[in-house]
Amino acid sequence: MLILDCPYCGVSAEETELSAGGEAHVTREGPGSADDAFESYLFMRENPQGVHFERWRHSHGCGKWFHAARCTRTLEVFGTYSAQTTEPPQGIRDAISQKRPGWSWRDLA
Amino acid sequence: MSELLTSPAQALGGARFDGLVCVEEAPLQGMITLRGDFASPGFANVVSSAAATDMPGQREVRGTQDKALMWMSPDELALLCPYAEAAPMAAKLADMLAGSHALVANVSDARAHFLLKGPGLRDVIAKLAPVDMAPGAMPPGTLRRTRFAQVAAGIWMQDDATAQIFCFRSVAQYMFDLLSTAAAPESAVGHF
Ligand SMILES: [Zn+2]
Repeated sequence: MLILDCPYCGVSAEETELSAGGEAHVTREGPGSADDAFESYLFMRENPQGVHFERWRHSHGCGKWFHAARCTRTLEVFGTYSAQTTEPPQGIRDAISQKRPGWSWRDLA
Repeated sequence: MSELLTSPAQALGGARFDGLVCVEEAPLQGMITLRGDFASPGFANVVSSAAATDMPGQREVRGTQDKALMWMSPDELALLCPYAEAAPMAAKLADMLAGSHALVANVSDARAHFLLKGPGLRDVIAKLAPVDMAPGAMPPGTLRRTRFAQVAAGIWMQDDATAQIFCFRSVAQYMFDLLSTAAAPESAVGHF
């Protein structure tokens, strides 16, 4: 079972109180973007066994979107953080580095 | 097709079940949804003076059923008031908040409320909602939004033996049946 701490209402929310929102930090390419960039925005997603960054919504709670960093292999949660950011904060990256030295995800490491 | 109700009525006519706890549909309750910037003195002053109480902290309820503010999210409150006062109160609040970034909606007719009474209510709620009902995690005065089985709901812990549960009016019968089943006399758990 996955339990995530909602950074907005402070609840430790069990998975069934949440809705999964897919991969985090995807750049939304708009009209005028290069074909390659638009294709990768539409179709290319990470599917790692290990460190992963996702969007979640506390849908049966405060209703807010937030981000989570977790391990897809063990369900270990490294942390949750605000939706109002385009990349994971340093504190989250440090927490991952402590537990998964040498991790990488897209262009993050 | 249901007939148009000519006067305000509870969804289930005050349905009641006595079991491990007493489950009773609450009398008509005024409820106004308020959204805005809590950090803005204009918003905070208007809503807290309307409710005659301080702004609630995270997941807190301040006040009584007659006048209360519930913390629903970092930018959402629910104001409780007597049913008949909700419409004029919402109009007054909308007027006072005009020109600022805020939303006021009278949702009284879109909600159903239930009162759970009895010392076993933590066990009954824990059967239905993915919530830690331990007294330390859900002390009196706490507001918790969650789900009860398949529907969204809110829990207001009024004291250790009283909780007010609210949900969409359209699922009132489902909620009453859930609560009554979880409160069936032979189904005691005795965990809390
Ligand atoms: Zn939340």
